Formats: sequence, C-alpha cells, structure tokens
Amino acid sequence: MANALVNVPARARRGEIIEVKTLISHPMETGYRRTQLGARIPRDIIRLFVCTYNGTEVFRAELHPAIAANPFVVFSTVATESGTLAFQWTGDNGFSATESATITVE
Amino acid sequence: MSGRAPHLLAALSVIALAGATFAGEIPMTERRSGYDFLSRETRAMQDDDTANPGMLAVLEGGALWARKTGAAGRACADCHGDAGASMKGVAARYPAFDATLKRPVNLEQRINRCRADRQQAPPLAYESRELLALTAYVARQSRGLPIDVAFGGRTQPFLDNGRAAFYRRQGQLNLACSQCHDDNWGRRLAGNVIPQAHPTGYPVYRLEWQGLGSLQRRLRNCLVGIRAESYEYGAPELVELELFLMWRARGMAIETPGVRP
Repeated sequence: MANALVNVPARARRGEIIEVKTLISHPMETGYRRTQLGARIPRDIIRLFVCTYNGTEVFRAELHPAIAANPFVVFSTVATESGTLAFQWTGDNGFSATESATITVE
Repeated sequence: MSGRAPHLLAALSVIALAGATFAGEIPMTERRSGYDFLSRETRAMQDDDTANPGMLAVLEGGALWARKTGAAGRACADCHGDAGASMKGVAARYPAFDATLKRPVNLEQRINRCRADRQQAPPLAYESRELLALTAYVARQSRGLPIDVAFGGRTQPFLDNGRAAFYRRQGQLNLACSQCHDDNWGRRLAGNVIPQAHPTGYPVYRLEWQGLGSLQRRLRNCLVGIRAESYEYGAPELVELELFLMWRARGMAIETPGVRP
C-alpha cells in the first residue's frame, strides 16, 4: 500500500510560480545491503516520478539507489490554467502509485 | 500491616519527592524539547504536514483505525468512534496504570491489549509497521497538548524504578542516562547535540532510521551506545523508564510525529 502526500496551492494567479511538494511512502531499498546471514537484499526503489499538468508533462525525475526512504520531491511550475496536476511514481517490482491535486487559476 | 499503611507510605513518598531536587536535574524553566536542537531544515520538515514523513504513518494508521480485524470483526472506530475526539489527550497520559496487569503499560501495549480483548486479534509485533502506524495515529490526536502522566499512588513505585534506572550507571562505559541528558545537554557527542531526552515526539521519524520508531527503540539504541545489556521490547524496565521520562517532561507539548536527525 502506498501512501502519498502532495501539497499544491489551491489557488494561484495566472503566470504565478507555484511550489509543489510531494512525499511518498517507499522503502527505497538500495540492493547493496545484506542481511545478517549475508544474503543480498534485492533492490526495491522508485525509478521514475512524473508530474503532468492538464495532461502536459511539467516535471520528471529519475530516482537512484542512493535516495533515502520516503522520497520527498519539491519542484516549482508556472500556474497556467485551472485544472489537475497528476503525479505518478513507478519503480521496481511493478510499483506504481498515483495521486492528483486540483488548482484554480484566476 | 493495616490496609491503610501502603497508602500512607505512598503519600509520604510523594511529599518527599516533591521537595527533593536531584543533583544536576534540569530546572522546569530550562527544559527544552529535542525540537529546539534541530537544524532549521529538520524543523521545517516536522512543521509541515506534507513534508513530515511521519505523517505517512499517521495516514496509514487512520486507515487501520477504520479497518475491521480479528475474530470479533470490529474496528477501533467501532468502539472509539472519531479518534479526533476520543483519542485527544490519550497519548499525553501514557504509560498509564493497567488495573488487570497491575503495572503501567505504554501506548503500544494498550493498543495490543485492546486488540486481544475487544477485537480478538493477535498482537502486533513491536516496531511493526502497523503498530507504529496505529500508535502514531493515536498520538497525533494529542499534538500540542501537555504531557500529563499520572504519578503518585499506584504508579509511584514504577516511576521511582524508572527514576532509579535513569540515574544508575550501567554498561561497559559505566554511564547513567543523567550524565548525558541532565549534566551535558546542549553539548556535543561526536557531531550531534545531546538533547535533554524529553519524549515529546514519539513515535518519531528518525532520519538515521529512515523510518518511524518507538521510544523503546530509542532507549535500546542508547543502551547499546553505553554498551549495556538491552531489555527486550515491552520489558517492564523499559516501560518504567518511559514513565519516568514522561513525568520528567510533564507539561511539555506532544509533537507526534516528531522528526529527529
């Protein structure tokens, strides 16, 4: 089960630069660690994070094994029109999570 | 011995304790939460509910609160209703005395007792994701409220045991908790500031752990640090120490879920 928290301002002026904060629950297991018995713990990370704004991609990040658990990604974008920001995280072992937020631009 | 004697003794010990100040004990006005020792960035992380990774566990705990489980097929919410009302201030009172066990239990143990008695469900393992999530969810409802554990009377002997443990030198390094947290708080141990050890934010999201952990996990860490033999999770000794630490932080505000380095 994946929990995600996103923070997008509910309202913004047209052309304003807005800050978008996202936080997702994920172990981000590096694949380099071993158990006490020496068995390798398989890698389990988020590989890709994409944000689309009314269908247009506005932000994309590739994630790597050195990123800590529960990745917190903050970025900014320009408020162009009212609509939906959709967030998608995909990763190892078929991991996939989505979240969305609406914004009113006036 | 007459039935009244224990009560009288307890009352006397309360009076004695109220007047006694231990050497090096932090005066009430100088007590500071671990939050005060955090970097600006870590404080910002704790303060913002959409940046605080502990909130992920609170979110999960909220889902568990409403989920039916066990042979009884009951959810926490079926008895307790809205946690925002029914659980408000509860975490600030734990560890609390359990009349059946005749000793104090912490919040995790209380949740597991409820699971056994009311839900007829197997207990959740200490430090398991579910137990931490439920505990964080319950404790979150007390955020901002002052810590108010019961002392005196029947919990007093347990509080005294916890106090004795806090001031007892132990382990290969022969250190007492008080030597760091009463006598040397604010100074540095390697690169880290030594806090005053007030359990205001538990279960806490520790950046070093990359996850949530209970106060007992933190205490066991400290015991390993002074190379003492650690107690098992749920051991009465650890609960007594928790009780003493909560009493020591009485009146300070609950911050759950706290973020610590």
